[in-house]
Amino acid sequence: MTKAATTEQPVAPYTKIDEAGDPYLVGSRCGACAQTHLGEFENCPKCGARGQMTELRLANHGTLYNYTIVHRSLPGVKVPFVSATVDLDGGGTVRGNLLDIEPDPEHVKFGMPVDVVFRSASTAVANGEGYLAHFFVPAQEAAR
Amino acid sequence: MSNDVYVVGIDMIKFGRFDDAKPETLAAQAALMALDDCGLKIEDMQAIYAGTCNGTMMGQRMLHYIGQTGAPVVNVTNACATGATAFREAFIAIKAGMYDICLAVGSEKMGKGMLVPKNSGGTAIPTEGLLGSGVMPAVFAQMGMEHTRKHGTTFEQFARVSEKNHKHSVLNPKAMYQKETPLDMVMAAEMIAYPLTKLMCSVNVDGSAAAVLMSEKRTRELGLMGRAIRVRGSGLASDPFTDRNLVMQDVNTVTQLAARRAYEMAGVGPEDVNLVELHDCFATAEIPHYENLGLCAEGEGGAFLDSGATTHGGKVPVNVSGGLLSKGHPLGATGIANIYEIAQHLRGEAGARQVEGARIGLTHVVGLGSACAVHVLEKA
Repeated sequence: MTKAATTEQPVAPYTKIDEAGDPYLVGSRCGACAQTHLGEFENCPKCGARGQMTELRLANHGTLYNYTIVHRSLPGVKVPFVSATVDLDGGGTVRGNLLDIEPDPEHVKFGMPVDVVFRSASTAVANGEGYLAHFFVPAQEAAR
Repeated sequence: MSNDVYVVGIDMIKFGRFDDAKPETLAAQAALMALDDCGLKIEDMQAIYAGTCNGTMMGQRMLHYIGQTGAPVVNVTNACATGATAFREAFIAIKAGMYDICLAVGSEKMGKGMLVPKNSGGTAIPTEGLLGSGVMPAVFAQMGMEHTRKHGTTFEQFARVSEKNHKHSVLNPKAMYQKETPLDMVMAAEMIAYPLTKLMCSVNVDGSAAAVLMSEKRTRELGLMGRAIRVRGSGLASDPFTDRNLVMQDVNTVTQLAARRAYEMAGVGPEDVNLVELHDCFATAEIPHYENLGLCAEGEGGAFLDSGATTHGGKVPVNVSGGLLSKGHPLGATGIANIYEIAQHLRGEAGARQVEGARIGLTHVVGLGSACAVHVLEKA
């Protein structure tokens, strides 16, 4: 588990840091329809149930649902990178960069297991110093 | 007398880059062209529905250039479905019996470079390239990759969409680009977001289009039925919840919903449609939309393209205008420009690219966020 540098501020509103200093992705589960959503919700976007959402800690493991390899982006963004959509074990879907893999469709596989890791945003962007972001890496099976 | 609504005048400017133009000056051009198409004047318009994605009060500003008649103006914005939404509002107002003659206009003055949604996620710093990518090519690349995941659609098949639509564009003098791009050229072009190369992305251009809509009663009274196009069905949908759509935009389900509504109102099915203008903002979008619009069964979009069914001369030609890939995609104008293309074929006035014998046509636009508008049009 990656320890958060306490001085780093999470980039995304759905990233929280627990009492032990470990960052995690926060989600909401609906008491009416049982759908799990990334982030905090008052009411359920799936079924419309009001005030029945429970906050929960989302898993740090998941599988790659979809991706693209971005070669052209906004000015100043480092390319190429893999933009990935990951279904987390136990519910919740999140988008992020998939690191530690060749940015090549020969290497990136649908359904591949991935781990969620938290690193400095400066890993990916020039203005990221002092900010913490989530990334995906190919799953380290031994750690699961 | 039925309460059917007709398009009696419609036109678009040739899309391009007009550095000195404003959305309202482009809109004014298209509005006058549509009025000329049916021999009416701006003072005949009882209400005006104006669409643009950038700027406010565009409809009123347009009237400053062509006549401040005092008619009610409603300004509409609905992402890439903006023009079609303005058209639909005019349709609804006439259908409801409120007015007999309305003008719908869509216009856009585009910026340069890639489109990215405004930061609405409440993040501390910009997230492009940090939390994946939200630029349009990446969003629509993933739409294609999801189809690849489910149905095995290949990079080459997506590239064939560009080959087809660019080939169609050669016969459309109003397209921004009228150049054939052979398959190998499409595939070898600069990669933007896999599997989209530069020649598989629509172009940011400026443009405008406008339509005059009319009640059946007035259309008959004014003797305009000869070239009139009946609006048989109009479907608009917002994105219903699907498992991942808050993270990975889903333009499939919203299209299926809007299409179902349009077909139901029209009382026709996809098998009755003779030609289609659909939202090929990126080449990857076209194949899934064959399925979403019911032109072929789910999972068969790639094979449907390969069969030639959607090429000019095929069973149901798609984007014979050259599509957004060739015409360009001025967001607010696109929805009405698609209706213009279909109207030209239904009137038998499409010239060299005429789809012979076309009786029923369908238009489709989808805007991220999301909004989808589908119209079923018929020769009156």
